[in-house]
Amino acid sequence: MMRRYRQQRHRVLQIVIKLLIPFMMLFALYVQFHGDFGPGGGFQAGVIFAAAFIVHGLIFGVQRTREVISPSVLRVMMASGVLLYALTGVVSMMLGGAFLDYDMLAANPLSGQHWGVFAVELGVGITVTSVMISLFYSFASARN
Amino acid sequence: MTEQLLIVVLLMFLVVCTIGIIYLRDLLAAVILLGIYSLTAAGIFVVMDAVDVAFTEAAVGAGISTILLLACLSHTNHIQKPQSHSNYWAIIMVSVTGLLLIYGTLDMPMYGDIMSPAQTHPDIAQRFIHESPHEVGIQNMVTSVLASYRGYDTLGEVVVVFCAGIGVLTMLGLKRREPDADTLTDELTDQGNEGDAGGEVAQRAGQSGSVQRSRRG
Repeated sequence: MMRRYRQQRHRVLQIVIKLLIPFMMLFALYVQFHGDFGPGGGFQAGVIFAAAFIVHGLIFGVQRTREVISPSVLRVMMASGVLLYALTGVVSMMLGGAFLDYDMLAANPLSGQHWGVFAVELGVGITVTSVMISLFYSFASARN
Repeated sequence: MTEQLLIVVLLMFLVVCTIGIIYLRDLLAAVILLGIYSLTAAGIFVVMDAVDVAFTEAAVGAGISTILLLACLSHTNHIQKPQSHSNYWAIIMVSVTGLLLIYGTLDMPMYGDIMSPAQTHPDIAQRFIHESPHEVGIQNMVTSVLASYRGYDTLGEVVVVFCAGIGVLTMLGLKRREPDADTLTDELTDQGNEGDAGGEVAQRAGQSGSVQRSRRG
């Protein structure tokens, strides 16, 4: 009974947000991977991707968002983004370049740069997304 | 000319927003004004052709930080406590610092000056404009500067974001949250439909107090 009441309270918002969330995520991915050509990059994409989850949490309740993406997964993601960034630098060192010198990552320096920037931006995006969602979880559910 | 006029008008909006934020006692309204401030700043960046910065400001400043501040406000009162004493020393210090900062800007190059050192120095703007297509090969020069030429800086920024996350989790997030009373009852009513999960919830509900306490201890 209670649950049915809660679900019907913001019926219009819930349906509109349900329709919007996939497009927000798609736009975030566009911003992430189109940063080479237009404005955008890991930071903005991460924030937009996190916004999709935060909107879900605002409308459906944080408890249900926690079931979608749990805080422990987010903690792993936070670290793995930074690690991906730093490891890109370490790999380029191992291949004979300087730290974060992407020229070495492929046979051709230009495509090496391309792959390096891709990996680094992905790391930024993963970390920013997970930190933003974790912050929202912390602020939204710390009662008392 | 119209561009300059637009920037002046937007900057005046910023000043009005700031004064409003200082004077408002209603914190909810102050947070909303802060969002408007960020959006106006993003507008200024667009007029200045700094699209990447504008994008970040709109997404981070106007979007996420407003939501996070609102989430914080849901734990406190919406009305700021009135201060009984007035701080003359504080306003004197702030004014002196502000005047010093304005004095510091007098040495800076004029707005849009193409002869400024940042524009003419061979290792900064000139290098990025002329060499980045051959060296990095990415059309968006901002991305190639941020991710390739200034890779260390960006790594540092990501570490800062990571540390901020760790800090907040340490203060607020790590303790195991007790399920809300209402969500718990919701899940209990669904017990029949979701066999295992429901049983687990019921068990948790039965002993939640003692279990939580023993886990923390």
